[in-house]
Amino acid sequence: MRAMTLALRHELIGLGGVVERNVYLTRRYIWWDVAFFLWTVANTLTIVFIAEGIEATGGSIDVDRTTTQLLIGAVVWAYLGIIFEFITETVAWERWEGTIEYTFMAPLSRAMHLGGSGVFAVLYGLVRAILLFVVVALFFGLSMPDANFFAALVILLIASVSFFGIGMMTAVLPLISPEKGAQLGFIAQGMLLVVSGVYYPVSVLPGWMEWLSKISPATYALRGIRDSILNGAGLSWDNVWPLIVIGVVSIPLGLWVFSRGEIHAKKHGKLKRSG
Amino acid sequence: MTETQEAVPMEGIRRAPTAPAVVVHELRKEFRRRDRKQKRRLGKPKRMRVALDGVTFTIERGETVAILGQNGSGKSTLVRLLSTLLLPDGGSAEIFGHDVVSEHRAVRRLVNRVSVEASFFKKMSAAENLSYAARYYGMTSRETRDRIPAILTRVGFPKDRSDESMENLSRGMQQKVALARALLTSPVVLLLDEPTTGLDPRSKLEVQDFIREVRAQHDATILLCTHDLNEAESLADRIGILDRGELLVLEPADELKRRYGATTLEEAFFAATGRTFEDEAAEDENDEEREVFA
Repeated sequence: MRAMTLALRHELIGLGGVVERNVYLTRRYIWWDVAFFLWTVANTLTIVFIAEGIEATGGSIDVDRTTTQLLIGAVVWAYLGIIFEFITETVAWERWEGTIEYTFMAPLSRAMHLGGSGVFAVLYGLVRAILLFVVVALFFGLSMPDANFFAALVILLIASVSFFGIGMMTAVLPLISPEKGAQLGFIAQGMLLVVSGVYYPVSVLPGWMEWLSKISPATYALRGIRDSILNGAGLSWDNVWPLIVIGVVSIPLGLWVFSRGEIHAKKHGKLKRSG
Repeated sequence: MTETQEAVPMEGIRRAPTAPAVVVHELRKEFRRRDRKQKRRLGKPKRMRVALDGVTFTIERGETVAILGQNGSGKSTLVRLLSTLLLPDGGSAEIFGHDVVSEHRAVRRLVNRVSVEASFFKKMSAAENLSYAARYYGMTSRETRDRIPAILTRVGFPKDRSDESMENLSRGMQQKVALARALLTSPVVLLLDEPTTGLDPRSKLEVQDFIREVRAQHDATILLCTHDLNEAESLADRIGILDRGELLVLEPADELKRRYGATTLEEAFFAATGRTFEDEAAEDENDEEREVFA
């Protein structure tokens, strides 16, 4: 029992080490982060202006509502991008810096290693997403008197577990393909958002894509967050249970996929700095 | 036992009291790579290159063993197998009785490594790099608060530069931090893979002195892979010659010289491998892939 407690303690300290490392890196690359944030704001503005554009070209829509809908889509896209980027970079960045061998030979379980990246990604992503939402909402002077921000935040946190599980599966790509793995991760991220109704209802998708939207956690996250912010709805079980199920399946599956990738990399000598 | 060793979180990982530090038996590793000389076609023809070919040896606790070999001889493959970064294709390797494949978690607690490249997050400082690395070994911030400055001082790292980015430090300085990182976790087996390659003569001597100090003051077993013959002779109890994945010989330097009727280790090395220095250079040019594999 004592040995188990001690082992768990070591694992949690290790997880803290991954978070600590990412805090150091964020601090050291802070201007890089500021630049990316400004880029994300500009990118979001170009999307959110579409609502005003439709009205200006004669369309009849509720501009504030459509603007908020688009803003939620852009913020969730940005948030998901951060989660995927951090988890995928767990391997890619370490390979680039040359620390990959030291990390993979450390006595830290892969669950805690990846978990540390996930915890930091969620914390960092939340700060960025909230800032992005506030900045763009203020820019457009959006009024959201009925919004239930707490429920929206809880939905995003529950969805993060599933995002993390799927992120682990894409994190394996740079491990087995050092040159193209990270790019393949971006494709997976893009596919996930295309089928999840990021800027449109999933009902406009072709039948097979609409079916895929049912197994994407982003579908339920977007639906729940929109419902909470636009209609002031609380946590809806219809959105929560699919997220829990996808999370329960995707985390162990993600770990399994990553462990298979690690075995492949160790067999073929790909677990090294230069690839 | 030293202070450094006492602070290691080693609970649950036992060193078999009678087991040698390292036991390698018939260890084999091959790599398959696409044959660039063949035209691209479906099925992608692969070439097999043997990086380690049935290597067998034992290192006793507290012993320092140097493995000599040219680039691509299999030295780094051996170190990476013992570090649990590669899976062998045959044979076995144990660290204090723990198999490197089936008990890799236990092995990782006992081993650390310094390689030719210092390998750090370059924007981060020496102290930051050591700090997060120590967490992976279960060391809390309270444990490392005093130990990191102390160990940096021991390796001769200037105190006023511990918060400076690694990218601003010289190769010699970075290698000292790499040694500090390895020692911070108090490994009982230290794997040194060409730790002084590319260093200026002064840094090289400082690193070698530090290895001597570690050897004298700690209960550490050292496997040193190098192609520096003088370094091997001055630091190691026994010297092995690894050639094209085969361990030709492993014995004390004097016996090795006597065996080949040589007066210097260099002569013994070339007598053992059966090639002249010119042959080695020519092979290096024609065999660029060996470096990639091994």
